[in-house]
Amino acid sequence: MKITVNINGKRYSNDVEPRLLLIHYLREVVGLTGPHIGCETSLCGACTIELNGKAVKSCTMFAVQADGANITTIEGLAANGKLHPVQEAFWNEHGLQCGFCTPGMIMASKQILDRNPNPTEEEIRHGLEGNLCRCTGYQHIVNAVKAAAKAVGA
Amino acid sequence: MATTITKTKTLIGKAIRRREDPRLITGTATYVEDIKMPGMHYAVVVRSPHAAARIRSIDTSKAASRPGVVAVFTGRDVSNVGPVPCGASLPGLRVPHHTILATDRVYYAGHPVAVVVATDRYIAADAADDVEIDWEVLKAVADPVKALEPGAPAVHPEWPDNKAFDFHQEHGDVEKAFAEADVIVKQRILSQRLIPTPMETRGVVAEWRAADRALNLYSSTQIPHLLRSMVAQMLGLEENRLRVVAPEVGGGFGCKLNVYAEEALMGFVAMKINKPVKWIETRRENYLATIHGRGHVDDYELAATRDGIITGIKLRIIQDLGAYHQLLTPAIPTLSVLMMPGLYRTQNICADIVGVFTNCVPTDAYRGAGRPEATHGIERMVDILAAELKMDPAEIRLKNFVQPSEFPFPTATGLIYDSGDYAAPLRKALDIVDYQNLRREQAEARKQGRLMGIGMSTYGEICAFGPSPATPAGGWESATVKIEPSGKVTVLTGASPHGQGEETTFAQIAADELGVDIDDVLVVHGDTALVQYGIGTFGSRATAVGGTAVYFALQDLKAKIKKFGALLLNSDDVTLANGQCIDNKTGASKSVQEIAAASYRAMQLPPNTEPGMVSTHFWEPPNFTFPFGAHLVVTEIDRDTGAVKVLRYVAVDDCGNILNPLIVTGQVHGGVAQGIGQALYEQAVYDENGQLITGELMDYAVPKAHMMPWIESDHTVTPTPVNPLGVKGVGEAGTIGCSPAVVNSVVDALSPLGVRHIDMPMTPEKIWKLIRSAQ
Repeated sequence: MKITVNINGKRYSNDVEPRLLLIHYLREVVGLTGPHIGCETSLCGACTIELNGKAVKSCTMFAVQADGANITTIEGLAANGKLHPVQEAFWNEHGLQCGFCTPGMIMASKQILDRNPNPTEEEIRHGLEGNLCRCTGYQHIVNAVKAAAKAVGA
Repeated sequence: MATTITKTKTLIGKAIRRREDPRLITGTATYVEDIKMPGMHYAVVVRSPHAAARIRSIDTSKAASRPGVVAVFTGRDVSNVGPVPCGASLPGLRVPHHTILATDRVYYAGHPVAVVVATDRYIAADAADDVEIDWEVLKAVADPVKALEPGAPAVHPEWPDNKAFDFHQEHGDVEKAFAEADVIVKQRILSQRLIPTPMETRGVVAEWRAADRALNLYSSTQIPHLLRSMVAQMLGLEENRLRVVAPEVGGGFGCKLNVYAEEALMGFVAMKINKPVKWIETRRENYLATIHGRGHVDDYELAATRDGIITGIKLRIIQDLGAYHQLLTPAIPTLSVLMMPGLYRTQNICADIVGVFTNCVPTDAYRGAGRPEATHGIERMVDILAAELKMDPAEIRLKNFVQPSEFPFPTATGLIYDSGDYAAPLRKALDIVDYQNLRREQAEARKQGRLMGIGMSTYGEICAFGPSPATPAGGWESATVKIEPSGKVTVLTGASPHGQGEETTFAQIAADELGVDIDDVLVVHGDTALVQYGIGTFGSRATAVGGTAVYFALQDLKAKIKKFGALLLNSDDVTLANGQCIDNKTGASKSVQEIAAASYRAMQLPPNTEPGMVSTHFWEPPNFTFPFGAHLVVTEIDRDTGAVKVLRYVAVDDCGNILNPLIVTGQVHGGVAQGIGQALYEQAVYDENGQLITGELMDYAVPKAHMMPWIESDHTVTPTPVNPLGVKGVGEAGTIGCSPAVVNSVVDALSPLGVRHIDMPMTPEKIWKLIRSAQ
């Protein structure tokens, strides 16, 4: 099937198998390396992207379901060579170690702040429930989201 | 020539944000799964659904005929490859022959049986389902205690008692200590099987360059050089024609400190099909076929005097080994024995290990590797003893600690503890929570019927592995430091960081020692074609051993810089400071950059000095290091649900000098998260048929953000004399200190109900049942 998708501001048109997962489309067909695959049960959140403004686990969708969608991945966050405040905050607060969950974690964190510019610690932790990190114990991630909230609000 | 070298430390000890992060936060890092090559094929491994079975026949014809499939290989095809190596040796150890694919029998659910190779990963997965295997299912045993019972199914028919080894160690006069004891306490303590769960599963890309007879192997590993040596042997390749690359590695926690069947298998496949091949483990495979950790059933006995002095420790470990020995499987419980005295002075110990085969995936090193089990055991036992004697758990610990004046301290298990003030972190933790006041609060809470607990652990760990005679593969680490002709600095480390931040900490060391800008330093690792032989990253060793190798390579270079500087300045009295070589008499100076350029241009050479500015150092540590600390946990239990709420988590860790506090805190947090996981949530569960019930993230409870408490992290600093950086290591500390503190806290909360011990994980169901049965 033919699909057309806008990814990080660029239009892609491809013929894809109906069963092709969106994550595999992004990684194998489009050639992105940001969204990662950490499981096959939609639990780890490493594949989180933004689809039409909403955070989505790209392993839960087929590529054909994304036909006509606007997609932002971690690769599309930085603008004009400047990191997004959430990226900058993850860096400053040491919100990552091995980095594998990080693209999904940053996309989920951005979504939390898009919905609620001043989340409490509890709201941040619950907002990140769909994203697993095995390295950080989450505390520096929570700090990063708080710092990003401050930076965006400032 | 004067030898003054002024140190201009400006970066060590500072919370510098990590230099590896820009690629990670932009999604542009290259993990194995991100590697693409022209003509690349995809492999899927066919695995046994049974824990024990005979293979009557395998029919691969249907799979092989599916369009897009280029090859299917079974055990017979790979009989010349392997075996999967075990690097540990113990007297009398039984070592099963571990082929890279099963031939006539399988020993655990997930055992690799065949590999299907196709042009596309979806086709390979489809074709894997087409492989037809005729099984004769056999009786399995998954529980190590049951495996030791007479008549239990034999995991390996040649050893019907299921024992891989018996190990005994003793010191002092244990029988006398127990005969003369005022009090003896006993307890069986479990350290359950855990699944390491790095967020990146394993993965391999293999590329065969037939004309060069050379193989490139990209693997998500913690030990690229050791992997190269062993895979070369398994494949019968010349070692110098095998290049192993550990690209970006998405976490390891010990489970990638190994050599796996699939790593050699993909090399074999690439050589056979003469095309690059990629295999990426699914999470389900990761749970079935990548090593697990822990798996202890420990019987403890403590002898003590009436006033709480521990006089003897007896320990019997039943170690669940799984079906095979992976790289270090049988060695892991011996680390538990080494650390069984904890921070306490007693010289009378007796330990036995029985290593037991089960029809499960092998256990091996998982964060802490043997030391969390030891710490959990002794720290639980000390609390049980304190309860028996009606003593305060802090007081009994303070009474038994090795004292600061006693270092270097020889332990009953043959170690030499390097340095420490074991009371200091405990006192600090007690101060942070205002312990006496907290106990009063607890008494008040109890009056109101609330179940509030205060628990602590004071842990010691053995780190910075280690002196080579005490390690299976050499315990040194290597570093090459090059100052390029332009003055830029390249550090090649034999360690293989995968999240620990050594691209930053090693750059801090180099920038400080040479007095150059940190942006002028690049740290390179993980590629056997670029980096001199190294050991790798595990056992909290990378900075303490690998960082020290960098330090010594830098000392060589500094001496050489001064020689060239003296020549260029025509001086015999120079100082190196702030990146400048200064003539102490005239004040004239040459920068490190100018000197480096001159050393390569080589118009003039100092006496007995070669051109260039490169130094390689292999540093052999004279001892392990022994970090320590105290964790204190306040909990409250919900009577109605059994849920444990952690109200406060205080971690005071002493890892020696701290190079980068941001990174050290991150390591503590991550370690604690894995300790909390063990204490409250995680357990690998096999049913009686050897089926892994917790086979996915759906069923295996890795802590999520809302399941973690806020961690108050603090430190005391006792530098180690073992290395000139004074660093001890911090990668595993959080995990080791955590689980006993949490369990002690929950047992303390439930002690008014008569609860004396709880095994992990302390799920709400387990706690609820305990409360119900007490009421």
